[in-house]
Amino acid sequence: MSHDHPHDRDHEPIGTSRDRPAAARIRALADLLVEKGIVTREELRARMDWLVSRDPADGARLVARAWTDLAFKERLLADARAAALELDLDPGPSPVVVALENTDRVHHMVVCTLCSCYPKALLGPPPDWYKSLPYRSRAVSDPRGVLREFGLELGDDVELRVVDSTADIRYLVVPRRPEGTEGLTEADLAALVTRDSMIGVAQALEPVAS
Amino acid sequence: MHDRGGWPTDEPIDRSEHQLADWEVLMDSIVGTLGANGVMNTDELRRGIESMDPDAYENTSYYERWLYSVETVLTEKGVLAPDELDARVSQ
Amino acid sequence: MTYAVGQRVLIADRRHDGHHRTPGYVKGRSGTVERLHASFPNPESRAYGGDGLPKRQLYMVALDYEGERVLLDVFEHWLEAAP
Repeated sequence: MSHDHPHDRDHEPIGTSRDRPAAARIRALADLLVEKGIVTREELRARMDWLVSRDPADGARLVARAWTDLAFKERLLADARAAALELDLDPGPSPVVVALENTDRVHHMVVCTLCSCYPKALLGPPPDWYKSLPYRSRAVSDPRGVLREFGLELGDDVELRVVDSTADIRYLVVPRRPEGTEGLTEADLAALVTRDSMIGVAQALEPVAS
Repeated sequence: MHDRGGWPTDEPIDRSEHQLADWEVLMDSIVGTLGANGVMNTDELRRGIESMDPDAYENTSYYERWLYSVETVLTEKGVLAPDELDARVSQ
Repeated sequence: MTYAVGQRVLIADRRHDGHHRTPGYVKGRSGTVERLHASFPNPESRAYGGDGLPKRQLYMVALDYEGERVLLDVFEHWLEAAP
Protein backbone atom coordinates (compact mmCIF):
# COMPACT_ATOMS: atom_id res chain seq x y z
CA MET A 1 0.00 0.00 0.00
CA SER A 2 1.52 3.33 -0.95
CA HIS A 3 0.95 6.81 0.39
CA ASP A 4 2.64 8.94 -2.18
CA HIS A 5 0.10 11.72 -2.00
CA PRO A 6 0.15 14.30 0.77
CA HIS A 7 -2.77 14.26 3.15
CA ASP A 8 -3.79 15.22 6.64
CA ARG A 9 -2.48 13.30 9.63
CA ASP A 10 -5.45 13.17 11.93
CA HIS A 11 -5.55 17.01 11.84
CA GLU A 12 -2.61 17.25 14.24
CA PRO A 13 0.41 19.53 13.76
CA ILE A 14 3.10 17.59 11.95
CA GLY A 15 6.86 17.84 11.80
CA THR A 16 8.98 17.87 8.68
CA SER A 17 9.13 14.10 8.35
CA ARG A 18 6.23 12.37 6.68
CA ASP A 19 5.68 10.00 9.58
CA ARG A 20 5.13 10.91 13.18
CA PRO A 21 7.54 9.62 15.83
CA ALA A 22 4.85 7.14 16.80
CA ALA A 23 5.32 5.42 13.44
CA ALA A 24 8.84 4.27 14.29
CA ARG A 25 7.74 3.24 17.74
CA ILE A 26 4.87 1.16 16.39
CA ARG A 27 7.15 -0.58 13.88
CA ALA A 28 9.61 -1.31 16.67
CA LEU A 29 6.79 -2.67 18.78
CA ALA A 30 5.74 -4.97 15.94
CA ASP A 31 9.36 -6.15 15.55
CA LEU A 32 9.66 -6.92 19.24
CA LEU A 33 6.36 -8.77 19.37
CA VAL A 34 7.33 -10.89 16.37
CA GLU A 35 10.76 -11.65 17.85
CA LYS A 36 9.17 -12.70 21.08
CA GLY A 37 6.79 -15.02 19.24
CA ILE A 38 3.73 -13.19 20.54
CA VAL A 39 2.51 -12.49 17.00
CA THR A 40 3.74 -13.45 13.55
CA ARG A 41 4.38 -11.21 10.54
CA GLU A 42 1.78 -13.19 8.65
CA GLU A 43 -0.86 -12.54 11.28
CA LEU A 44 -0.14 -8.81 11.23
CA ARG A 45 -0.15 -8.70 7.45
CA ALA A 46 -3.42 -10.61 7.23
CA ARG A 47 -5.08 -8.22 9.62
CA MET A 48 -3.75 -5.17 7.82
CA ASP A 49 -5.01 -6.54 4.51
CA TRP A 50 -8.38 -7.20 6.07
CA LEU A 51 -8.75 -3.72 7.51
CA VAL A 52 -7.83 -1.85 4.33
CA SER A 53 -10.13 -4.02 2.25
CA ARG A 54 -13.22 -3.26 4.38
CA ASP A 55 -15.65 -1.10 2.42
CA PRO A 56 -19.03 0.52 3.02
CA ALA A 57 -20.19 -1.13 -0.20
CA ASP A 58 -20.73 -4.22 1.96
CA GLY A 59 -23.14 -2.42 4.25
CA ALA A 60 -24.80 -0.87 1.21
CA ARG A 61 -25.50 -4.33 -0.22
CA LEU A 62 -27.34 -5.26 2.96
CA VAL A 63 -29.45 -2.12 2.74
CA ALA A 64 -30.23 -2.50 -0.98
CA ARG A 65 -31.34 -6.09 -0.44
CA ALA A 66 -33.49 -5.04 2.49
CA TRP A 67 -35.13 -2.35 0.38
CA THR A 68 -36.14 -4.86 -2.29
CA ASP A 69 -36.85 -7.99 -0.26
CA LEU A 70 -39.17 -7.56 2.71
CA ALA A 71 -38.44 -11.00 4.16
CA PHE A 72 -34.71 -10.28 4.02
CA LYS A 73 -35.30 -6.96 5.70
CA GLU A 74 -37.05 -8.71 8.60
CA ARG A 75 -34.11 -11.12 8.91
CA LEU A 76 -31.67 -8.18 8.78
CA LEU A 77 -33.51 -6.37 11.56
CA ALA A 78 -33.62 -9.55 13.64
CA ASP A 79 -29.96 -10.47 13.22
CA ALA A 80 -27.74 -8.35 11.00
CA ARG A 81 -24.75 -10.60 11.51
CA ALA A 82 -26.61 -13.62 10.11
CA ALA A 83 -28.06 -11.52 7.26
CA ALA A 84 -24.54 -10.42 6.28
CA LEU A 85 -23.38 -14.03 6.19
CA GLU A 86 -26.36 -14.85 3.95
CA LEU A 87 -24.92 -12.44 1.37
CA ASP A 88 -21.39 -13.85 1.84
CA LEU A 89 -20.31 -10.67 3.57
CA ASP A 90 -17.91 -10.62 6.50
CA PRO A 91 -19.74 -9.19 9.53
CA GLY A 92 -16.49 -9.02 11.48
CA PRO A 93 -15.48 -10.21 14.92
CA SER A 94 -18.23 -8.47 16.87
CA PRO A 95 -20.57 -11.11 18.25
CA VAL A 96 -23.68 -9.05 17.57
CA VAL A 97 -24.50 -6.50 14.86
CA VAL A 98 -27.91 -4.79 15.03
CA ALA A 99 -29.49 -2.99 12.08
CA LEU A 100 -31.76 -0.05 12.95
CA GLU A 101 -34.37 0.99 10.42
CA ASN A 102 -35.06 4.62 9.63
CA THR A 103 -38.63 5.40 8.60
CA ASP A 104 -40.58 8.55 7.82
CA ARG A 105 -41.27 8.82 11.56
CA VAL A 106 -37.98 7.67 13.14
CA HIS A 107 -34.38 8.55 12.38
CA HIS A 108 -31.45 6.81 14.07
CA MET A 109 -27.97 8.25 14.46
CA VAL A 110 -25.07 6.25 15.94
CA VAL A 111 -22.21 7.40 18.16
CA CYS A 112 -19.78 5.89 20.63
CA THR A 113 -19.40 8.55 23.32
CA LEU A 114 -16.88 6.49 25.30
CA CYS A 115 -14.47 5.62 22.50
CA SER A 116 -15.10 4.76 18.82
CA CYS A 117 -17.08 1.53 18.52
CA TYR A 118 -18.12 1.15 14.91
CA PRO A 119 -19.15 -1.68 12.53
CA LYS A 120 -15.91 -1.47 10.56
CA ALA A 121 -16.27 -4.88 8.97
CA LEU A 122 -19.30 -3.61 7.06
CA LEU A 123 -18.47 0.08 6.72
CA GLY A 124 -14.67 0.21 6.59
CA PRO A 125 -12.58 2.11 9.14
CA PRO A 126 -14.53 4.93 10.83
CA PRO A 127 -14.00 8.50 9.62
CA ASP A 128 -11.95 10.80 11.85
CA TRP A 129 -14.97 12.88 12.76
CA TYR A 130 -16.80 9.86 14.18
CA LYS A 131 -13.88 9.34 16.60
CA SER A 132 -13.55 13.04 17.38
CA LEU A 133 -14.22 14.60 20.76
CA PRO A 134 -16.83 17.09 19.43
CA TYR A 135 -18.88 14.40 17.72
CA ARG A 136 -18.77 12.15 20.75
CA SER A 137 -20.02 14.91 23.03
CA ARG A 138 -22.44 16.76 20.74
CA ALA A 139 -24.11 13.67 19.25
CA VAL A 140 -26.00 13.33 22.53
CA SER A 141 -26.20 16.96 23.67
CA ASP A 142 -27.00 18.58 20.31
CA PRO A 143 -27.79 15.86 17.75
CA ARG A 144 -29.98 18.06 15.55
CA GLY A 145 -27.21 20.65 15.47
CA VAL A 146 -24.77 17.94 14.42
CA LEU A 147 -27.12 16.77 11.69
CA ARG A 148 -27.50 20.35 10.49
CA GLU A 149 -23.70 20.54 10.14
CA PHE A 150 -23.92 17.47 7.96
CA GLY A 151 -26.60 19.15 5.89
CA LEU A 152 -29.51 17.16 7.26
CA GLU A 153 -32.55 18.90 8.67
CA LEU A 154 -35.12 16.56 10.18
CA GLY A 155 -38.77 17.57 10.42
CA ASP A 156 -40.15 18.25 13.90
CA ASP A 157 -42.48 15.31 13.43
CA VAL A 158 -39.53 12.90 13.03
CA GLU A 159 -38.37 11.23 16.22
CA LEU A 160 -34.58 11.33 16.40
CA ARG A 161 -32.99 8.44 18.28
CA VAL A 162 -29.34 8.80 19.14
CA VAL A 163 -27.83 5.37 19.69
CA ASP A 164 -24.73 5.26 21.90
CA SER A 165 -22.77 2.04 21.33
CA THR A 166 -21.57 1.52 24.85
CA ALA A 167 -21.02 -2.23 24.87
CA ASP A 168 -20.52 -5.25 22.62
CA ILE A 169 -23.27 -4.47 20.09
CA ARG A 170 -22.33 -2.77 16.82
CA TYR A 171 -25.04 -0.73 15.14
CA LEU A 172 -25.74 -0.13 11.46
CA VAL A 173 -28.47 2.22 10.25
CA VAL A 174 -30.75 1.20 7.39
CA PRO A 175 -31.56 4.54 5.75
CA ARG A 176 -34.90 5.21 4.11
CA ARG A 177 -35.28 4.21 0.50
CA PRO A 178 -35.41 7.42 -1.56
CA GLU A 179 -38.47 8.30 -3.64
CA GLY A 180 -38.38 7.61 -7.35
CA THR A 181 -36.23 4.47 -7.11
CA GLU A 182 -38.81 1.91 -8.21
CA GLY A 183 -37.37 -0.21 -10.98
CA LEU A 184 -33.74 0.42 -10.05
CA THR A 185 -31.59 -2.68 -9.84
CA GLU A 186 -30.21 -3.75 -6.49
CA ALA A 187 -26.75 -2.62 -7.61
CA ASP A 188 -28.10 0.81 -8.55
CA LEU A 189 -29.83 1.05 -5.20
CA ALA A 190 -26.67 0.07 -3.34
CA ALA A 191 -24.84 2.93 -5.08
CA LEU A 192 -27.24 5.37 -3.36
CA VAL A 193 -26.41 4.07 0.11
CA THR A 194 -23.54 6.12 1.52
CA ARG A 195 -21.43 5.32 4.55
CA ASP A 196 -22.78 8.42 6.28
CA SER A 197 -26.36 7.25 5.73
CA MET A 198 -25.50 4.00 7.52
CA ILE A 199 -24.13 5.95 10.48
CA GLY A 200 -27.24 8.11 10.44
CA VAL A 201 -25.80 11.55 9.77
CA ALA A 202 -27.17 11.62 6.24
CA GLN A 203 -29.98 10.22 4.12
CA ALA A 204 -29.28 7.93 1.19
CA LEU A 205 -28.63 9.72 -2.10
CA GLU A 206 -31.46 10.70 -4.39
CA PRO A 207 -31.49 8.91 -7.74
CA VAL A 208 -30.08 10.89 -10.65
CA ALA A 209 -32.93 12.22 -12.77
CA SER A 210 -32.90 10.51 -16.15
CA MET B 1 -11.79 12.31 30.20
CA HIS B 2 -12.79 9.56 27.79
CA ASP B 3 -16.44 9.81 28.89
CA ARG B 4 -17.49 12.54 26.45
CA GLY B 5 -21.24 12.26 26.15
CA GLY B 6 -22.77 15.69 26.74
CA TRP B 7 -19.36 17.26 27.49
CA PRO B 8 -19.97 20.96 26.99
CA THR B 9 -18.61 22.16 23.68
CA ASP B 10 -19.75 24.29 20.76
CA GLU B 11 -16.86 23.07 18.69
CA PRO B 12 -17.92 22.35 15.13
CA ILE B 13 -17.17 18.96 13.74
CA ASP B 14 -14.21 18.83 11.39
CA ARG B 15 -15.48 16.59 8.63
CA SER B 16 -12.20 16.25 6.74
CA GLU B 17 -10.98 12.70 6.53
CA HIS B 18 -7.62 11.11 6.02
CA GLN B 19 -6.68 7.76 4.65
CA LEU B 20 -5.04 5.65 7.34
CA ALA B 21 -1.26 5.72 7.21
CA ASP B 22 0.64 2.41 7.13
CA TRP B 23 1.65 2.82 10.76
CA GLU B 24 -1.96 3.35 11.82
CA VAL B 25 -3.10 0.22 10.01
CA LEU B 26 -0.18 -1.61 11.62
CA MET B 27 -1.22 -0.41 15.09
CA ASP B 28 -4.78 -1.54 14.50
CA SER B 29 -3.51 -4.90 13.35
CA ILE B 30 -1.19 -5.30 16.35
CA VAL B 31 -4.14 -4.81 18.69
CA GLY B 32 -6.37 -7.17 16.72
CA THR B 33 -3.70 -9.87 16.68
CA LEU B 34 -2.93 -9.48 20.38
CA GLY B 35 -6.67 -9.91 20.98
CA ALA B 36 -6.99 -12.96 18.77
CA ASN B 37 -3.94 -14.51 20.44
CA GLY B 38 -5.34 -13.98 23.93
CA VAL B 39 -2.56 -11.60 25.00
CA MET B 40 -4.54 -8.37 25.46
CA ASN B 41 -8.27 -7.79 25.01
CA THR B 42 -10.37 -4.82 23.87
CA ASP B 43 -11.42 -3.91 27.41
CA GLU B 44 -7.77 -3.73 28.43
CA LEU B 45 -7.09 -1.52 25.40
CA ARG B 46 -9.86 0.85 26.47
CA ARG B 47 -8.75 0.80 30.10
CA GLY B 48 -5.22 1.64 29.06
CA ILE B 49 -6.41 4.59 26.97
CA GLU B 50 -8.60 5.78 29.85
CA SER B 51 -5.58 5.80 32.13
CA MET B 52 -3.88 8.48 30.05
CA ASP B 53 -3.21 11.85 31.53
CA PRO B 54 -6.11 14.14 30.45
CA ASP B 55 -3.85 16.54 28.53
CA ALA B 56 -2.22 13.66 26.73
CA TYR B 57 -5.62 12.15 25.95
CA GLU B 58 -6.82 15.32 24.26
CA ASN B 59 -3.59 16.00 22.42
CA THR B 60 -2.56 12.70 20.92
CA SER B 61 -3.99 11.17 17.79
CA TYR B 62 -6.26 8.18 17.84
CA TYR B 63 -3.71 5.42 17.12
CA GLU B 64 -1.10 7.05 19.33
CA ARG B 65 -3.53 6.46 22.16
CA TRP B 66 -3.66 2.81 21.17
CA LEU B 67 0.14 2.69 21.25
CA TYR B 68 0.18 4.17 24.74
CA SER B 69 -2.35 1.64 25.94
CA VAL B 70 -0.60 -1.38 24.45
CA GLU B 71 2.75 -0.32 25.89
CA THR B 72 1.18 0.23 29.29
CA VAL B 73 -0.71 -3.04 29.42
CA LEU B 74 2.01 -5.22 27.92
CA THR B 75 4.57 -3.77 30.33
CA GLU B 76 2.19 -4.45 33.19
CA LYS B 77 1.91 -8.04 32.04
CA GLY B 78 5.66 -8.44 31.69
CA VAL B 79 5.42 -9.05 27.95
CA LEU B 80 7.53 -5.94 27.46
CA ALA B 81 10.28 -5.04 29.87
CA PRO B 82 10.21 -1.43 31.07
CA ASP B 83 12.17 0.73 28.61
CA GLU B 84 12.58 -2.22 26.21
CA LEU B 85 10.73 -0.38 23.47
CA ASP B 86 12.64 2.85 24.16
CA ALA B 87 15.86 0.93 23.78
CA ARG B 88 14.76 -0.63 20.53
CA VAL B 89 13.64 2.68 19.05
CA SER B 90 16.93 4.35 19.87
CA GLN B 91 19.03 1.62 18.24
CA MET C 1 -32.91 -9.36 38.42
CA THR C 2 -34.13 -9.32 34.83
CA TYR C 3 -36.15 -6.64 33.11
CA ALA C 4 -38.77 -6.79 30.40
CA VAL C 5 -39.12 -4.70 27.27
CA GLY C 6 -41.17 -1.66 28.16
CA GLN C 7 -40.24 -1.76 31.83
CA ARG C 8 -39.13 1.46 33.53
CA VAL C 9 -35.59 1.24 34.87
CA LEU C 10 -33.23 3.54 36.74
CA ILE C 11 -29.55 3.68 35.80
CA ALA C 12 -27.52 3.62 38.99
CA ASP C 13 -25.81 6.83 39.97
CA ARG C 14 -22.84 4.99 41.28
CA ARG C 15 -19.22 5.99 41.44
CA HIS C 16 -17.02 3.33 39.88
CA ASP C 17 -13.29 3.91 39.91
CA GLY C 18 -11.94 1.90 37.08
CA HIS C 19 -13.14 0.84 33.68
CA HIS C 20 -16.87 0.64 33.15
CA ARG C 21 -19.19 1.25 30.23
CA THR C 22 -22.00 3.27 31.79
CA PRO C 23 -21.46 6.86 30.70
CA GLY C 24 -21.71 9.66 33.24
CA TYR C 25 -24.40 11.52 31.33
CA VAL C 26 -26.97 8.77 31.99
CA LYS C 27 -26.19 7.88 35.57
CA GLY C 28 -29.16 8.53 37.84
CA ARG C 29 -31.56 8.81 34.91
CA SER C 30 -34.63 6.70 34.30
CA GLY C 31 -35.58 5.14 31.04
CA THR C 32 -37.41 2.26 29.45
CA VAL C 33 -36.06 -1.10 28.37
CA GLU C 34 -36.06 -1.07 24.58
CA ARG C 35 -34.44 -4.45 23.85
CA LEU C 36 -33.01 -7.47 25.58
CA HIS C 37 -29.60 -8.18 24.16
CA ALA C 38 -27.58 -11.33 24.86
CA SER C 39 -25.30 -11.70 27.86
CA PHE C 40 -21.65 -10.75 27.62
CA PRO C 41 -18.55 -11.05 29.78
CA ASN C 42 -18.25 -8.16 32.19
CA PRO C 43 -15.84 -5.58 30.75
CA GLU C 44 -15.16 -4.23 34.23
CA SER C 45 -13.13 -7.31 35.07
CA ARG C 46 -11.91 -8.08 31.56
CA ALA C 47 -10.22 -4.71 31.54
CA TYR C 48 -7.89 -5.91 34.28
CA GLY C 49 -7.16 -9.37 32.94
CA GLY C 50 -10.16 -11.14 34.41
CA ASP C 51 -12.35 -13.45 32.36
CA GLY C 52 -15.47 -11.36 32.94
CA LEU C 53 -17.50 -14.39 33.97
CA PRO C 54 -20.26 -14.99 34.74
CA LYS C 55 -21.67 -13.12 31.74
CA ARG C 56 -24.04 -10.24 32.44
CA GLN C 57 -27.29 -9.50 30.70
CA LEU C 58 -27.11 -6.44 28.44
CA TYR C 59 -30.13 -4.21 27.84
CA MET C 60 -30.82 -1.44 25.37
CA VAL C 61 -32.36 1.38 27.40
CA ALA C 62 -34.18 4.39 25.93
CA LEU C 63 -34.24 7.62 27.87
CA ASP C 64 -34.85 11.31 27.40
CA TYR C 65 -31.70 13.40 27.52
CA GLU C 66 -32.07 17.17 27.21
CA GLY C 67 -35.08 16.91 24.96
CA GLU C 68 -33.76 14.13 22.74
CA ARG C 69 -34.21 10.41 22.81
CA VAL C 70 -30.99 8.53 23.53
CA LEU C 71 -30.66 4.75 23.39
CA LEU C 72 -27.68 2.98 24.91
CA ASP C 73 -26.63 -0.46 26.08
CA VAL C 74 -26.46 -0.95 29.83
CA PHE C 75 -25.47 -4.03 31.82
CA GLU C 76 -27.94 -5.51 34.30
CA HIS C 77 -25.84 -4.63 37.33
CA TRP C 78 -26.21 -0.94 36.52
CA LEU C 79 -30.02 -1.10 36.46
CA GLU C 80 -32.77 -1.08 39.07
CA ALA C 81 -36.52 -1.24 38.62
CA ALA C 82 -37.95 2.29 38.57
CA PRO C 83 -41.44 3.32 39.58
